[in-house]
Amino acid sequence: MEKFTRFSSRVVPLLVDNIDTDQIIPARFLKVTDKQGLGDNLFADWRFNADGTPRPDFVLNMPAHRGAQILLAGDNFGCGSSREHAPWALAGFGFRVVISTSFADIFSNNAMKNSILPLALAAGDHARLAALLGADPRTELTVDLPSQALLVPGGAAMRFPIDGFAKTCLLNGVDELGYLFRFTEEIEAFERTTSRS
Amino acid sequence: MNAPKPKTLFEKVWESHVVHQEPEAPAVLYIDLHLVHEVTSPQAFAGLRSRGLTVRRPGRTVATVDHSIPTGDPSLPLTDPLASKQIAQMEENARRGGIRFFGMSSAGRGIVHVIGPELGLTHPGMTVVCGDSHTSTHGAFGALAFGIGTSEVEHVLATQCLLQRRPGVFEIRIEGKRGPGVTAKDIVLALLARIGVGGGTGHVFEYTGPAVGALSMEERMTICNMSIEGGARAGMMAPDDTTFEYIAGREFSPRGEEWDRAVAGWRALPTDDGAVFDRSLTLDISDLSPMITFGTNPGMGLAVGGPVPRPEDVKDPSQRSALRKALEYMNLTPGEPLLGRPVNVVFIGSCTNGRLSDLRLAASVLRGRKVDPAVRVLVVPGSQAVKRQAEAEGLDRVFTSAGAEWREAGCSMCIAMNGDQLSPGQYAVSTSNRNFEGRQGKGGRTFLASPLTAAASAVTGKITDVRTLS
Repeated sequence: MEKFTRFSSRVVPLLVDNIDTDQIIPARFLKVTDKQGLGDNLFADWRFNADGTPRPDFVLNMPAHRGAQILLAGDNFGCGSSREHAPWALAGFGFRVVISTSFADIFSNNAMKNSILPLALAAGDHARLAALLGADPRTELTVDLPSQALLVPGGAAMRFPIDGFAKTCLLNGVDELGYLFRFTEEIEAFERTTSRS
Repeated sequence: MNAPKPKTLFEKVWESHVVHQEPEAPAVLYIDLHLVHEVTSPQAFAGLRSRGLTVRRPGRTVATVDHSIPTGDPSLPLTDPLASKQIAQMEENARRGGIRFFGMSSAGRGIVHVIGPELGLTHPGMTVVCGDSHTSTHGAFGALAFGIGTSEVEHVLATQCLLQRRPGVFEIRIEGKRGPGVTAKDIVLALLARIGVGGGTGHVFEYTGPAVGALSMEERMTICNMSIEGGARAGMMAPDDTTFEYIAGREFSPRGEEWDRAVAGWRALPTDDGAVFDRSLTLDISDLSPMITFGTNPGMGLAVGGPVPRPEDVKDPSQRSALRKALEYMNLTPGEPLLGRPVNVVFIGSCTNGRLSDLRLAASVLRGRKVDPAVRVLVVPGSQAVKRQAEAEGLDRVFTSAGAEWREAGCSMCIAMNGDQLSPGQYAVSTSNRNFEGRQGKGGRTFLASPLTAAASAVTGKITDVRTLS
């Protein structure tokens, strides 16, 4: 897994609450057997017209935001379906961070397994950031995972919480399956003592 | 000596499955039953292969195909090459992994959350996972059951364990006696309308109270199924005699002495008196009406006779803009009633409402009536076993005589991956679980409701309160 430490990028603001994983990647694109290419259909139904042409009024299609690796979303991002295709699509498009005030549990787990940081800000900081980007869409932010800070030009750093174990995994690119395999003996012992096989 | 600390149902199940816990790290949680389907597993099996790993406990793993399969004439060949490839890969991965597989031609196949309980695979006190958020369904048996992503599917295939942080427990106490026309679906839609789609995040719901004990197993499954729509990964209900009666005698249920031992263990699972929940809420269902959603998430629901809410009445600016966006997508006018609004499609099925009792409810409305000729009505049984039982009771003839389509089992128009879908702009009354934009087909608009409301709306061609159907 790719290591996540510190990086800077411009931001795509998509300030809609409760963005569900069906919007992030509609179900008709789940008929795949690999993880590749899903970024092409990220937010497909918001991003494209019926004839497949990009909708110029959708934020992901605006030139000012091209190449941005941070998505600023509304509250409760990633609710609904458990599809890991959602973070695969976000990563495929180039996003490394999603900022919200809260994340759905399954999405959050799935995102971190794909080196995407679900960055939850306090509501006040989230509103300040949204206002800042409204004033200057080209604002560049720095995400510093070691200090759990979002650095905003001309303002105080915004702190964000993250599970300590998840942080270590992101910083070091630790794969959870590798970690689980350290406990093979314990798993065998558990199966023996509880008569499971 | 002090008495042992009272525990919740969740705590008992959780604690008996923790294999190991490093300081500061998530628990290594043992998984008793892993259900697998074609859409969220191919990349997990590919991951296993690339690491040279095998399925650790094939006997604890059960696979089927449900999401992308057609529900039309079973004698016709598959026409979707992508779906065909997924289905073939599922079959091949199950074969190579030594996993029991309920394939296209299997009599046991169906929606994964319908067949688990139906085959007697789901038991109280188990941990159950699946790469599908509606795994919460199995919590109706007093199991800890939750949806996982594909990376986690790979973890469970490889180790039979998951790394998990312990969630909080949110008690949903249900009180009162429901009136006529009010079903389990209405209860859960009312809950979601109250707490919203993020209200349960970080928690497992435990449904308690006398009204829960009075529910049938299938009704309990409907409620637990939609726990995830409130943000709770799992919903649990205390196992009781209703639970044990349901499980007894099924294909994979324990038998003889094993059954007696199992039931004795299951009887110890319910939450102890004095156990503490992290949060609690009481829902009184005495005055509940049939519910229907008007918006683009399952929390946007109202009593079927109520008016569409007005954005200007909503104080919170982001909620106001969410409501405005939802009404725009649904093309609904604030303040107007939903009753009487024409619909194009009625879908009866899904892991929420595709069981025999759901079909009986729908048939009770459609018996001796005709569906409105302008409405396409799909009735899709949750499993092939449900289909056979319904046919043995003659429900299929009730549906077809009324002018509805009687189809093969599958997820069908709940997720619209298999060709069963709405056209842009169409309205559906659906007994499924999600009304997200485009969920039932790009540009389609969904009103979530119970099988009774769906069937009544099929008859009139308009959104209808089943209690007023003449």
